[in-house]
Amino acid sequence: MKVVVDLTLCDLHGLCVETAPEVFEIADDGALRVLDPSPPEALRPKVDKAVRECPTAAITVEG
Amino acid sequence: MLRHIVVVGASLAGLRAVETLRERGYDGALTLIGDEGRPPYDRPPLSKQVLQGVWEPQQTFFRKKEGFDSLALDMRLGVRARALDVRARQVLLADGTTIGYDAAIVATGARVRTLPGMRLRPGLHVLRGLDDAIALHRELGEVARVAVVGCGFIGLEVAASCRVRGIGVTAIEALPSALTPAAGRTICETVESLHRDHGVDLRTGARVADVVGDTRVSGVRLSDGSLIEADLVIVGVGVTPNTEWLEGSGLTLEDGIVCDESGEAAPGVYAAGDVARVPNAWLGDARRVEHWTNAVEQGVFAAESLLAGGGARRRFSSVPYFWSDQYDRKIQFAGSARPGDEVVVVDGSTAERRFVALYRRADSLAACLAMNHPRGFIKFRKLLAAKPRWDEALSASL
Repeated sequence: MKVVVDLTLCDLHGLCVETAPEVFEIADDGALRVLDPSPPEALRPKVDKAVRECPTAAITVEG
Repeated sequence: MLRHIVVVGASLAGLRAVETLRERGYDGALTLIGDEGRPPYDRPPLSKQVLQGVWEPQQTFFRKKEGFDSLALDMRLGVRARALDVRARQVLLADGTTIGYDAAIVATGARVRTLPGMRLRPGLHVLRGLDDAIALHRELGEVARVAVVGCGFIGLEVAASCRVRGIGVTAIEALPSALTPAAGRTICETVESLHRDHGVDLRTGARVADVVGDTRVSGVRLSDGSLIEADLVIVGVGVTPNTEWLEGSGLTLEDGIVCDESGEAAPGVYAAGDVARVPNAWLGDARRVEHWTNAVEQGVFAAESLLAGGGARRRFSSVPYFWSDQYDRKIQFAGSARPGDEVVVVDGSTAERRFVALYRRADSLAACLAMNHPRGFIKFRKLLAAKPRWDEALSASL
């Protein structure tokens, strides 16, 4: 699984940070950062939830 | 045995419901019914990107046409559901078709309220659907001055979008303050000053007596007799749930569809989104919640409950979240605020319009509101889920 965030779409709602803190964070510069672009399969439910709940559809998962 | 699931309502909650059914492995027949002749689209951009002309209308579509192939849906778009027969397990459509189901999810949403006695005529607009936004966007290109009636979040976003386009705005609110009284005076005043600084003529505590103009609107008359001239009048005074088609169906309808803890409204019938009253364990009640994120969560929840089957002990628990974009400010809100809650700014300041404010009720944290402060907001939204004591919340802000 490969997680990609389109930063041109990201509006910093931060729901993904709350849902999957292992994968997403808001960095010190205030931008969203993917902490783990290839998270373990066990995190898939959390990542899927983050995708579903992103208000700007900025997150995509490949594989 | 589940062979056919029908989802009535093709907006966000309905879409997330069908997506979840497929994700969880349901491979039987799946019908999605929507009364608009369009694929499911996203509403928040309507009052911003679409009105401002930054987006073409089709950019609001959640999926492109081919994006629906993998869901293998029988999509019935542009046809209204007219009745539900809970006993026979059938949905009757306005075109006379009857669709039988083994289980159904109702997500028919809400529609805008209008002013009492308001007669529809050219120049009078509401904003709920994409057609409304397209029509309003087009007309805004030809006017100099508009009146916005209702200064809740939609009204304020419309006012901001009009100002961004250089159009004069008078915004009228019957209540003593814009936004909502539950937000608290400091927050309301901050938002009001934001709009006044952008040139909005904001009239709070002002009641609209009449919309003026025979063949076309020319303004509104307030109850104090004053006339506000406007080329367009845009009314945003809340929504009402779409439940009329369910009268006589056997579902309990009281300001929405009353559901049990699992989101079930009748055997095999679930509800989600703006139309639904699903008990929310975090809130401790079963009010309707008209937010984007609630539509997502309840669409997913209804689908999961349906697949788990009747009698499954499931419980919906969620901290309500919504946001609003006005000019270059983003307002984020989580929790449940009431008039009378104490509001304390714990980070930033209202003067710089960048802050985090916490709502205190008795000895607990009840809600959090932030303006242009996503990092601070996330911290408290997360904290809210555990219903912390007020002193715990305060120490987290240090």
